[in-house]
Amino acid sequence: MNQTAILEVKNLKQYFPVSKHLTVKAVDDISFQIRKGEIFGLVGESGSGKSTVARSIMGLYQLTDGEVWFQGNKISDPKVFRSNRRDIQKNMQIIFQDSAAALNPRMTVRNIIAEPMQACRMFVKNKEAMDAKIDKLLDQVGLAKSFRSRYPGELSGGQRQRVAIARSIGTNPDIIIADEPIASLDVSIQAQILTLFQNLQQEYGFAFLFIAHDLSVVRFLSNTVGVMLHGKILEMAETEELFQNPLHPYTKALLSAVPVADPIYERSKKILYYDPSKLSLTGSLQQLSPKHWMFCSPK
Amino acid sequence: MGTILEVKNYSLSFDTPEGEIEAVRDVNFSLNEGEILAIVGESGCGKTVLCKSLLKLLPRNARVKSGKAELCGENITAFSERRMRQLRGKQISMVFQDPLTTLNPTIPIGKQITESIRQHQKISHNKAKAHALELLELVGIDHAADRFNLQPHFFSGGMRQRCVLAIALASHPKVLLADEPTTALDVTVQAKMLDLLLSIRKRTGIAILFVSHDLGVVARIADRVAVMYAGKIVEIGTANEIFYDSRHPYTWGLLGAQPALAMKTGELHSIPGMPPVLLNPPPGDTFAVRNKYALAIDYEEAPPMFQISPTHFAATWLLDPRAPHIDPPIFTKRRREE
Ligand SMILES: Nc1ncnc2c1ncn2[C@@H]1O[C@H](COP(=O)(O)OP(=O)(O)O)[C@@H](O)[C@H]1O
Ligand SMILES: Nc1ncnc2c1ncn2[C@@H]1O[C@H](COP(=O)(O)OP(=O)(O)O)[C@@H](O)[C@H]1O
Ligand SMILES: [Mg+2]
Ligand SMILES: [Mg+2]
Repeated sequence: MNQTAILEVKNLKQYFPVSKHLTVKAVDDISFQIRKGEIFGLVGESGSGKSTVARSIMGLYQLTDGEVWFQGNKISDPKVFRSNRRDIQKNMQIIFQDSAAALNPRMTVRNIIAEPMQACRMFVKNKEAMDAKIDKLLDQVGLAKSFRSRYPGELSGGQRQRVAIARSIGTNPDIIIADEPIASLDVSIQAQILTLFQNLQQEYGFAFLFIAHDLSVVRFLSNTVGVMLHGKILEMAETEELFQNPLHPYTKALLSAVPVADPIYERSKKILYYDPSKLSLTGSLQQLSPKHWMFCSPK
Repeated sequence: MGTILEVKNYSLSFDTPEGEIEAVRDVNFSLNEGEILAIVGESGCGKTVLCKSLLKLLPRNARVKSGKAELCGENITAFSERRMRQLRGKQISMVFQDPLTTLNPTIPIGKQITESIRQHQKISHNKAKAHALELLELVGIDHAADRFNLQPHFFSGGMRQRCVLAIALASHPKVLLADEPTTALDVTVQAKMLDLLLSIRKRTGIAILFVSHDLGVVARIADRVAVMYAGKIVEIGTANEIFYDSRHPYTWGLLGAQPALAMKTGELHSIPGMPPVLLNPPPGDTFAVRNKYALAIDYEEAPPMFQISPTHFAATWLLDPRAPHIDPPIFTKRRREE
């Protein structure tokens, strides 16, 4: 495994048998790696398999095939996962799209944020230090101390997402996986949260798997972007390279569909459409230049 | 172009145990025949309440406090529920963000459209069915005949939204209120939906009030844009005036938060805080606490509408001749370079 990679996904397959005759290939042979402090944007429309990638990495499924390596350990092996459970708990955190469902409605904000740290035995028997840490975290995500005693139901979507972020950085993890963390927020609140992620990432230096359904938000944040469709990564490149020089017709279609607040441009813009059923499922990701990969089918 | 919908000095409140929530405050706008007017603002600014109230779809604790809405010159605010029923769908219809609030999950799509046609028009079942098929084709459902008898769960989110649109268009209304119809859709599906609305407008001449929280989305389709904050329209103008020459700091904030434009410069400008709950709003401009350009007077007195051009108005004290001169942030004039 590459020495600098914190997370490496190798030929991951996650199939779900839904009936005798039908198997959903939610993730179908994808590989990528995330280096220390790198932000990887994984983009795809709904059903492309993004959440399944996140869940597979977190060890929630028995993989159909492939490997997941985290800090040099093959955590896709259940035995390795179990023996490293504590370390994984501390160093891999997740943020979900729907924090309303993900945060326990009966817990106060304080306890929600404290939970992962307690699980990692941080600040054991030192309530004062824990409370100071929580105040600091609240401050870092832009919430007043008074939020400590609130419940998730009393918060707006953006505030709940801030709580989820505070919770995820408490253990100072090496990687954060965020599954569409801003998708259900207003554009103005999205901008707040994106800026917050950027600042926190610069401060803490965690690696970041940022999942989004739309290319516009990942350009601002990511170093590398992978574009998914039908369980495959169709194109992967250093961010500016991908935006300046998209190669796959699906990436081009996704890019052309990004709405731009510029009516003169929009009115003349030709939106490119891509018929996903045209995608040939045989092939593999080929490196075309040092920072650019594309899914190619044999001629 | 004649005015088809005119909303004048319209204010609406909810009576709640905590007190009065002033959800819509002195709103004025007009919608012309065949025009697409976008209403843009963050969640909780009163966009949905305004639309629903025009159709009288709000719960009983909602109360129109002042003003009126005129549809084709008739004051519909004074209409009885019986007359509203004749109006809804036929003259003016609404599509919602979540298509499942409109569709019945157990009834085939074709039947739902046929029924909504027959609600308003005394025509035979077969004629209505033929019209329903035409509508499904109009909204771009491929193989409409084959799909006619399928239930909604066989359709993707984008197709369901098209079916909802077909139902809304069933009786050739003059005005369509589209409340975030693309917010829940994938970007490529959203783009198709926007183009569909444009082509339907072109073919039928329908006027559309298009509600969104995202200025990027409306850039493609809006002729004019009204920016709404805390129950008020704070700026209104042609699309070009709003996107390239906006005057209200709230509009600047919404433009600065656009990720698609941020990618050129690598910066996003977010508006701090969030819209207020309109329970006893403070005196003055409710945006002042989030506005880095706020003047002392903003905390005391709400600004009037200042006129900038025959089509462009904004409610901010920055436009008062006594106000200090402020250059709008550079990103408010930003064009995308190709
Ligand atoms: N547990 C499961 N059982 C069966 N099918 C599943 C399961 N989880 C996901 N899928 C299917 O896998 C595909 C990818 O889903 P998902 O990873 O949630 O996509 P995304 O997050 O990109 O929207 C979808 O077709 C979905 O229906
Ligand atoms: N039935 C109701 N009773 C009391 N307040 C309501 C009711 N419906 C909406 N509101 C309030 O009216 C305001 C405007 O809401 P809404 O029109 O849904 O906003 P938008 O569509 O712009 O997101 C919000 O503050 C909301 O809480
Ligand atoms: Mg998902
Ligand atoms: Mg709404």
